[in-house]
Amino acid sequence: MALRTLGRQTWLWKLMSFALFFGAWEIAGRIPISLSFPTFIETFIAFVRMTFNGEFATAYLQTIQPLIIGVAISSVAGVGFGVLMGLWRTMEWFLVVIFIILYASPVAAIIPLVTYMYGIGLTSKVIAVVIMALPLIVLNCYKGVRHTHPSLIEMVRSFQGSRWQEIRLIILPNASSLIFAGLRLGIGAGFIGVVLAELLITPTGIGDLITYHRSVADYPEMFADITSIIALSAVSLTVLLKMEFLVRPETRKR
Amino acid sequence: MNQVAKNMTETKQDTIVEVDGIAMRYEGGVQALKGVDLKIPSGELTSFLGPSGCGKTTLLKIIAGLLTPTEGEVRIRGKKVTGPGPDRAFVFQDFALMPWATVQRNVEFGLELRGMPKDQRGEKAVKYIAEVGLAGFEKSYPHELSGGMRQRVGLARALAVDADILMMDEPFASVDEQTRRKFQEDMLDLLSKEKKTVIFVTHSIEEAVYVSDQVVLLSPRPGQVQRIIRTEIDRSKSPDEIRRDKNYLDYVDDIWAVLRTYL
Repeated sequence: MALRTLGRQTWLWKLMSFALFFGAWEIAGRIPISLSFPTFIETFIAFVRMTFNGEFATAYLQTIQPLIIGVAISSVAGVGFGVLMGLWRTMEWFLVVIFIILYASPVAAIIPLVTYMYGIGLTSKVIAVVIMALPLIVLNCYKGVRHTHPSLIEMVRSFQGSRWQEIRLIILPNASSLIFAGLRLGIGAGFIGVVLAELLITPTGIGDLITYHRSVADYPEMFADITSIIALSAVSLTVLLKMEFLVRPETRKR
Repeated sequence: MNQVAKNMTETKQDTIVEVDGIAMRYEGGVQALKGVDLKIPSGELTSFLGPSGCGKTTLLKIIAGLLTPTEGEVRIRGKKVTGPGPDRAFVFQDFALMPWATVQRNVEFGLELRGMPKDQRGEKAVKYIAEVGLAGFEKSYPHELSGGMRQRVGLARALAVDADILMMDEPFASVDEQTRRKFQEDMLDLLSKEKKTVIFVTHSIEEAVYVSDQVVLLSPRPGQVQRIIRTEIDRSKSPDEIRRDKNYLDYVDDIWAVLRTYL
């Protein structure tokens, strides 16, 4: 009973947090703090209009495609490489440097180079997503695998478990929290990658919409564009979190 | 003639584990053990006691087959140990429970690794969960249990695989004093039913004397067998009576007299 009231209250707190944020936005827009800063209500109206007149749909059709392909490639390759690097020393020595450099480099500087090599099509955008997302996923998986508690490994060995059982039943489940953390960060970075690509390389999709609305000074529309991509990113991460609950039931009780 | 004499001693007390000239030097050059010879009688509780860093746990892990000694060998019923085997089950100091698995699955785990069918191992696990006093917690996760309860899970997991030798590495080290006493009593109770050979590592003199039939005193690093003390205590008495028993207190004093010279 006490738990249920608490549950309801967290919803209340979340709602209040949103109300406070949007309220502050509205006030800031009315002062206004800048001529290019619209009120919340103007932005909201623009958001609803673009949702229904198909502008968002057209833009996201172009944005989501490279995002999904890129995130899918990064997830599969990232988890694969990360796990292999964690399990296998040779692989580690060979690859860890590459991913650390990729991770540390300012990717925005590489993106023009990608355009130069692959043009302004889908491939470039996919590559932009992958170079943003892949290092994060790889390095997290690698860390997750490497940080298996030694006594758990000893435990499997003491019960005569095979190496394969050790990997499947201990190392991977043990790494799953960091694997999921890597996927969350990777998806977040993927969004940055695709928007960067659309702002810097190929004027298409939601990036183009933002650029266009800025250039014609339609600020409520521009803010609605930005809000939409933030919302989409938040929703994707929530979906991933729910998936994690399914795969890792023990996290539900925490 | 020799064989006869050997047989006669063996009928008196079967040796199940033989430690023969074990030395252990770690990669960094640390000599943990040197020339350890030891016989562990079947069906009894033997404990390794000594100052910290004397190689008690190393010796236990060598017997378990988790570590390979630099010299010497361990024989179980005359057969040389080359790795972990189904005749031995290990209880870990830090419990080594899978945090993502329920109590039930943790207890089943040893059987799962051996490929026992799910319903069969489930049944066994339920039995041992009840025996260690955790009935009703089958669906709990380790983080929902206290330290003492977690170690009970570790004990149930080791019992479930039905090994002859139970090896416990300071099982009560991370458990508070009250829980520890209750746990010691419950464990002795349970072991008297299960008829296992138990090898027990501890740094507590009282614990060693209270739980064991034989206390092996190890010297500081490099660990060597200093003395073997057989504790003749009337175990039919209640736990509180044993803790006030004159013999019990004498053993504790004797061992302390040896250990204090290491300080």
